[in-house]
Amino acid sequence: MAHVATLILLFPLGGFLFILVNGRNMNERQIGVVGTGAVAASFVLAIITFVLLLHHATREVTVNLFSWITVGSLHVPAALLVDPLSITMCLFVTGISALIHLYSTGYMHGERDFRKFFLYLNLFVFSMLLLVLANNLVLTFVGWEGVGLCSYWLVSYYFDRDSAASAGKKAFIYNRIGDVGMLIAMFLLFSRLHTLTYLGIFSKAGTLSPTIATLTVLALLLAATGKSAQIPLFNWLPDAMEGPTPVSALIHAATMVTAGVYLLVRMSPVLALSSSGRMTIAVIGGVTAFVAATIATSQKDIKKVLAFSTVSQIGYMVLAVGVGAYGAAIFLMISHAFFKALLFLGSGSVIHSLNGEQDMRKMGGLAKYLPLTFPTFLIGWLTISGIPPFAGFWSKGDVLTNVFEHNKPLWVLGVATAILTGYYMSRLFVLTFRGTERFREETHGHDPHESPWVMTAPLVVLAALSIVGGVLDLPWVHHDSLGGFLTPTFGYVAAGGHASTLAQYGLAAVDVAAAVIGLLAAFTIWRDISSSTKYEIPFLEHVWHWDDAYDAVIGRPLTEAAQFSDDVIEPRVIDGAITGVAVSVRRSGEGLRKVQSGFVRHYALATVLGLAVVLVYLVARVA
Amino acid sequence: MHSSIWLTLLIVVPIAGALGAALTQKVEGRAYVVAVATSVVEMVLALVVACLYNDHIAKAQTFDFATRHVLSAPFGLAYDVALDGISLLMVVLTALVVLLSLLGARDRRQEPAFVAWLLLLTSFTMGSFLSHDLLEFFIFFELTLVPCYFVISQWGGKERSKAALKFFIYTFTGSAFLLIGILYLAFAHQHQYPGTALTFSYSALSGTAMSHGTAVWLFIAFAIAFAVKAPIWPLHTWSPITYAEAPTAGSIEMSALLAKLGTYGLLRFAVGLFPLALPTMRPVILTLAVIGILYGSMVACATPDLKRFVAYSSLAQMGFITVGVMSGSTIGTVGAVLLMFNHGVITIGFFLIIGFIEQRRGSILIRDFRGLQGPAPIMAALFTVVMLASIGLPGLSGFVSEYLILIGTFATHSWWAVVATFGVVAAAVYLLWAYQRVFHGKAEGPNATIADATPKEQWVLVPVVLLIVVLGVFPKPVLDRITPSVHQLIEHVAPAGVNK
Repeated sequence: MAHVATLILLFPLGGFLFILVNGRNMNERQIGVVGTGAVAASFVLAIITFVLLLHHATREVTVNLFSWITVGSLHVPAALLVDPLSITMCLFVTGISALIHLYSTGYMHGERDFRKFFLYLNLFVFSMLLLVLANNLVLTFVGWEGVGLCSYWLVSYYFDRDSAASAGKKAFIYNRIGDVGMLIAMFLLFSRLHTLTYLGIFSKAGTLSPTIATLTVLALLLAATGKSAQIPLFNWLPDAMEGPTPVSALIHAATMVTAGVYLLVRMSPVLALSSSGRMTIAVIGGVTAFVAATIATSQKDIKKVLAFSTVSQIGYMVLAVGVGAYGAAIFLMISHAFFKALLFLGSGSVIHSLNGEQDMRKMGGLAKYLPLTFPTFLIGWLTISGIPPFAGFWSKGDVLTNVFEHNKPLWVLGVATAILTGYYMSRLFVLTFRGTERFREETHGHDPHESPWVMTAPLVVLAALSIVGGVLDLPWVHHDSLGGFLTPTFGYVAAGGHASTLAQYGLAAVDVAAAVIGLLAAFTIWRDISSSTKYEIPFLEHVWHWDDAYDAVIGRPLTEAAQFSDDVIEPRVIDGAITGVAVSVRRSGEGLRKVQSGFVRHYALATVLGLAVVLVYLVARVA
Repeated sequence: MHSSIWLTLLIVVPIAGALGAALTQKVEGRAYVVAVATSVVEMVLALVVACLYNDHIAKAQTFDFATRHVLSAPFGLAYDVALDGISLLMVVLTALVVLLSLLGARDRRQEPAFVAWLLLLTSFTMGSFLSHDLLEFFIFFELTLVPCYFVISQWGGKERSKAALKFFIYTFTGSAFLLIGILYLAFAHQHQYPGTALTFSYSALSGTAMSHGTAVWLFIAFAIAFAVKAPIWPLHTWSPITYAEAPTAGSIEMSALLAKLGTYGLLRFAVGLFPLALPTMRPVILTLAVIGILYGSMVACATPDLKRFVAYSSLAQMGFITVGVMSGSTIGTVGAVLLMFNHGVITIGFFLIIGFIEQRRGSILIRDFRGLQGPAPIMAALFTVVMLASIGLPGLSGFVSEYLILIGTFATHSWWAVVATFGVVAAAVYLLWAYQRVFHGKAEGPNATIADATPKEQWVLVPVVLLIVVLGVFPKPVLDRITPSVHQLIEHVAPAGVNK
């Protein structure tokens, strides 16, 4: 199994290196085949590893590759940990990635940097797999930063567009702020436990003091808010929509942005030690889910709606982690990967058909022109809204049931978010596919065209997965389910048992009611776009002025401080003080009055002469 | 125990090369060939030494290749060289810097003199890193000023004489404190052991008994000289103008190499000789270093030209190194030594690429550039690799060293480590912003037609990129050589029972 698990990683890395070295001599088709093939092979290997793990005695296999960093008591191996959690992540990451690679061969056709796109995409998959397969925090951090770097490159893919360049930079820097949290968590754990491997940490975690445990959990939460776009670091994600749409689907919806949730779930034995830490996580998740959903109701750009929707859905996952429902968090993560990738790729297909238009005010009535995109998107829409029997109903229901048992106020917030979700997604659906046709200007009068098969095939697969994804973890199945498979890797499972069957039905009814209310509201309001723009609230459209606030409080003052330092503090204060000391010393020494720049030359000459004398002396001595 | 002849060769070969280059005044280009050949020989010598000093030796006896010849007993003058894991890395860096400066930043004006100065500088720097005697170290340390001064003042930019003077006065004043400190220490040692000859031997002087107050004052005297050289905030204001005005090769020598003399000296001599001063001085120097990290990063955002930009980014990086050096932890100090090397390699990369751009455009002002990634994708890619290593991206060299520094320091001085960790964010801010301004956007005018890196330019950067990647992925051989030496030093200066 060790070799197979290693190969999961090596295939995308191989694809990256192959395209890096040979890419200039390859045409689009060959690059597409290598790039997609590498990831597809990885997916197959992940399935094999999964099967092997199922039949393995202990479902916890460490694969040692080589010794990476070893100094004193610090040992950081390059080693993998294959367990139910990591293999589950591998399966959906490689599966979705393979589909999106295939889609990209069509979507990116004819782009100037087609080669570079696949280069970055393969490197991304490698980094993401490293992140989830690593057996220690430092190696996870390699993948963690690697995915951030690929995200930076892919967001600023159209680098000659200033907005894209700035968005890429913003994504990287926000992630870096989160990274400080991850670094400090590692420092805290290493200084107390002298190990950074997951299994080592878990076996010794009990010795952590409550304060250190809470600090560690909060540091991990900071890391998660950066990578997973949660409050207070969520506002890089909407800007990241500057990247090509497949990137938004893969990195900024299905995989990378869930890394923060993965990290928290992976560290669940440490989370178990701090109830205040978990409470903070739950509140951050719940509030983010709600805030992002409000923002999504008033966006005009189809991708921005989906971006805020992603922030909101990840908020649900974080909320689930906060109440100890790790299995529910992963369940939602996977089903979200299905339906959000579907929605993004669908929106990409829409954008493609309208020659790049992303403004929903210039869409409408597209249903009849896009015979495959429309029905698949419809499934995606119903799934995310939480309509049974699609996957979203089961996974979101799983999260909300768990929240209900632990924290009633957050449950209310979660249900409110569900209403908003139904509303903003239906608004998007209505504006895009129904109503009057408002796109003729963009298509120069032509009818929009459906995308090629490489783009629609992934839509069909993802739609199918969205329909049946719920079977991964149905509420009445306990053993052969995703939750049952994952549970051994969690350090702490929500106590109190499951809600009664009756309560579960009641909660499910509430979920459905919430979705239907949102749906109906949107259909009522957005039937006629000309009279409904008043429901786009400027405060929400401007993201609660979050960016402006950061700019006013942090961005601008720091920029001004930097400029002031360069203009005044450097030349006048620091250099001035030191030169001042030098000048006053010189003035006080009358003998050095005539010393000017010539002094240096003389000194230098004297030094060289001195050296010569010494050399001569040495030679004379030896001789 | 290996023969000291290898170390002597490392010091003598560049002097011979410099003489050879200077004697070829008449034939155009000959001096360059001689210089490159010399630096190749030097590189080979350094690699031979690196192979001889394998990890078994590193573990058994940290100092190897040692010899001591007293040249003049009354003056305490001696030729005393030895090499341990720390100096080994610096030796390799010295050889690498001169080779790549010659290959990548050739300056054809008065070439024989130019290359001769570079080779002399190499010899003096080698001497400094190999000295196991304080007076000998001081002589070499001072001698490095001479070639630097001439390289800046003869081959520099518009304000070269101002820059050269500033550089000289700063470093010369710093050295004065060092000399006083060394003399005081040696006489104190002689006073303690009446009847012995005056000696500046490192091993002898490290056993000098002294009061806490004396130790603090001597530490300060040493630290001033090294703080100027590194530079450590606030003694850094010579460096931006000097790096900007020096010719590319000079900027590389000073920032990639000579700066390391500062942190190396701080570790070997200031920390190594005055353990009693450390409890008092650690918080002071750590604070200055952390200020340097944040302040350097901040000014790097606002500074108008690329070379000054590297100067301020170096101030931040040298801050990290200083944090590690002062951490009192083996892990942190190993990180610092590794970062001295890694920062050297990264800075070579930065200055070479900036040099290539300057050659094409005749400017290093950031506002003159835009969108270079379009017409020059390879140049942009190379710059990206160097930049990412400097940001500390895991998988590349900068990360390993920075991570070791921070995690090591956290165990001994948590708060400084936490503040320094924010320097990791700051590095991303100033580097990505600079990258965006120079390489992103739409190229117009002369920027649109700028030539991409030539094959020769690419080849010069191959070793830089390789070292960045290899030391990021597989730093073990290097770490195995540094760790025992650092461990011994830290054990020696730490009071018994302190947990490192």
